[in-house]
Amino acid sequence: MSKQLEHDYIGLSEVSSMESSEKLTTDSEGSNGLNLKATELRLGLPGSESPERIDSVGGLDKNGYPLGVLKNLVSGAKRGFSDAIDGGSGKWVFSGSGGSETDLAKGGGLFSPRGGNGGGKHLGGSESNNQHSSLGTPVKNDVVPQSPKPMHEKKPQISAPAAKAQVVGWPPIRSFRKNSMASNLPKNDEDAEGKLGSGCLYVKVSMDGAPYLRKVDLKLYSTYVELSSALEKMFSCFTIGQCGSNGVPIRDGLSESRLMDLLHGSEYVLTYEDKDGDWMLVGDVPWEMFTDSCKRMRIMKSSEAIGLAPRAMEKCKSRN
Amino acid sequence: MGYSFPEEVLEHVLSFIDSDSDRNSVSLVCKSWHDIERWCRRRLFVGNCYAVSPAIAIRRFPELRSVSLKGKPHFADFNLVPHEWGGYAYPWIAAFAKAYPWLEELRLKRMVVSDEALELIAKKFKNFRVLVMYSCEGFSTDGLATIAANCRNLKELDLSESEVDDVSGNWLSQFPDSYTSLESLNITSLSSEIRFSALERLVGRCPNLKTLKLSHSVPLDLLPNLLQKAPQLVELGSGLHTKEVHPDLYSKLAGAFSGCKGLKRLCGLQDVVPSYLPTLYPICVGLTSLNLSDAPIQCPELIKLVSQCQNLQRLWVLDYIEDTGLNALAESCKDLRELRVFPSDPFGQEPNVSLTEQGLVSVSAGCPKLHSVLYFCRRMSNVALSTIARNRPNLTHFRLCIIERFRPDYITLEPLDVGFGAIVEHCKDLKRLSLSGLLTDRVFEYIGSHGKKLEMLSLAFAGDSDLGLHHVLSGCKSLRKLEIRDCPFGDKALLANAAKLETMRSLWMSACQVSYRACKLLGQKMPRLNVEVIAEQGHPDSSPDEYPVEKLYIYRTVSGPRSDMPSFVWTMDKNSALSSS
Repeated sequence: MSKQLEHDYIGLSEVSSMESSEKLTTDSEGSNGLNLKATELRLGLPGSESPERIDSVGGLDKNGYPLGVLKNLVSGAKRGFSDAIDGGSGKWVFSGSGGSETDLAKGGGLFSPRGGNGGGKHLGGSESNNQHSSLGTPVKNDVVPQSPKPMHEKKPQISAPAAKAQVVGWPPIRSFRKNSMASNLPKNDEDAEGKLGSGCLYVKVSMDGAPYLRKVDLKLYSTYVELSSALEKMFSCFTIGQCGSNGVPIRDGLSESRLMDLLHGSEYVLTYEDKDGDWMLVGDVPWEMFTDSCKRMRIMKSSEAIGLAPRAMEKCKSRN
Repeated sequence: MGYSFPEEVLEHVLSFIDSDSDRNSVSLVCKSWHDIERWCRRRLFVGNCYAVSPAIAIRRFPELRSVSLKGKPHFADFNLVPHEWGGYAYPWIAAFAKAYPWLEELRLKRMVVSDEALELIAKKFKNFRVLVMYSCEGFSTDGLATIAANCRNLKELDLSESEVDDVSGNWLSQFPDSYTSLESLNITSLSSEIRFSALERLVGRCPNLKTLKLSHSVPLDLLPNLLQKAPQLVELGSGLHTKEVHPDLYSKLAGAFSGCKGLKRLCGLQDVVPSYLPTLYPICVGLTSLNLSDAPIQCPELIKLVSQCQNLQRLWVLDYIEDTGLNALAESCKDLRELRVFPSDPFGQEPNVSLTEQGLVSVSAGCPKLHSVLYFCRRMSNVALSTIARNRPNLTHFRLCIIERFRPDYITLEPLDVGFGAIVEHCKDLKRLSLSGLLTDRVFEYIGSHGKKLEMLSLAFAGDSDLGLHHVLSGCKSLRKLEIRDCPFGDKALLANAAKLETMRSLWMSACQVSYRACKLLGQKMPRLNVEVIAEQGHPDSSPDEYPVEKLYIYRTVSGPRSDMPSFVWTMDKNSALSSS
């Protein structure tokens, strides 16, 4: 589930005409023409602004996405594509793709959104990827709306609770630079000294039993709750095991709440190493003090955490 | 010709040929030239440490003195590559320890270097001179201590942007008193306190020290002493922070800077107190490179500083410089070749500074030698991009990052296809390009038809369909590195252009729509590619084959699948079964 945070974009790939013969080919999904299924688009979350969706606030398709946005997307996309059809070369020839040529000639290329050979907007078939009910930044499809709208003045990337929830690795700046900049924001002289060597805000988080560790930017969060829910998302895939009973990886809310239970319950505790090298339980000190002193974190089995504090369990539950 | 060229003559001629591509051409002329060339090649560059094994490299080039290796893909810089992905330097260093006892230089980029590897370097290479670890990790100051204690002839130690486990600052004291050969030291990434007295003594006894780049923990009052001991410095990196503004310190510093008559490159200036900036004015005219990307200097002071740097060739700066500062830059710095503007508040929802596309347009108009640009901003227009393209057809590197994704032309609300199209069309020598903003497949059409010299392309949140990727793969003849994230590219374009992948160094695709099935097919049909699937959420076999893979890294190799993959990386191999190590 956590990974979907990073995957919010609109996939509008046209694949339907392209079944036949390239040098290497796979079966194509959705080759049966018009695939304008609401379920196969990944869209912004309800609440992302889009002018035409004003009247469809209530209408949601089965994946929870506003239908109005869907409609807007398609028509907007069509306008965007018509340039490509008219202006560009109409053919896209794969080697040895006799079949596709006819399709191309007919529909003016891959981009005929409602052409005879169909090709509505169709993603590469993966329906279970569309579970973007997370706190990811909603995707704004600004593709060619009909008239300039003021929507671009607004900041559509704000979604409800975690206003700072971000796409991993975007904007593309090196983490060392983020860390050093964060501690170098201009302040009054009095404050400036306090920031000398304030240390990294990117900290590594490891989890017992997980194959690899992650890094989180503590600056993104302002409370322990935000931090712990972000960690839950990041590590939920490890605690649950990879698959559910039907062999499909679980990516729904169930795993999150289960991890929440795990963290709040007796199986795991969240600990951190401070500047002095001591391992402490997360949550004991005020947030700012924590971010100032935390060097790295570890989600450890509570059986190992017994030495940390006598009231480890209670501390864990009353965290935040 | 009935006689052959004497070997010694050819070797002598070849000693003047440094460029790798020229030497590669030489080695293709005939078998004897191939043989002569390989025996006299001294420098090797391996752009992907998994493209070739140490054994093969050693077998071909038995007499190397200098090796450069790169490990992780570029997107590792942005946390897109899982931490334990790979890129280990130890196997290379261990192999070199046996084969090249006279190895002098190692330059590593984005690799994992352990303390054990550093120890090998320190103990096995008697004439070791240069160690550069750019954006590496996995070692501690203990490893550095071993290097300092043992490498008597070390000239250069450069740790830029590496993550070092800072156990203690005492490692610097491990350079023996008899050690005087240091010429270049870059320890900006170290955060622990170093022994300043040891640093002072070291600087004082190394008369050839030209580059000194320190961590920001070095206090300002130490700097004048250091500069007085090293007036021959050419490059300096230092914070300029101080707890108090002290008139004595100010004049000491000003005097020390004026004494450094040869100072050409300056960086750091973290936590600089603006009132100390005038101490730099006397050296500004000699500066060719100024990196203020860590310095919280605001626009007015920036303008004062930059306007005095008439010989500046390279400027890296935060967007505090604003459009007005860039206008001043365009007027004062006519020799400018490279500009990088970084965001001071990249995650803020609102712009915090008045930096727009206009600043870049000004610089493109005013600086005729500008060829390399990296620019973060919050808005762009097609007309601005076209203007920049027409002003500066000599651009070779153009990386634009519009901070908010999917941003269209702010004037017309169109996609930015036409603007970037103008860039590739007019800048015929463009080698590197990064796109951002709202982009359709059309921009890729332009790139495919005009980007004939393009070697590296970075894409994010762009395009509509496989056609986009197809344009790039089929059109960009010189493409070596392609990195893509969050674009709707799938199987078709990739499979149709499979052969192209063998002509490139690597392809990275994450959060795209390439199916697992396509990966398996590609791995099966292309034995000279490693098709690595990164699946952090579990074995890809546990999902249906048509599901897209999370991350995909494809690179050409003569060494087959690597044997050091972590548990979440699988190489698709000939049997189209998974092989993981």
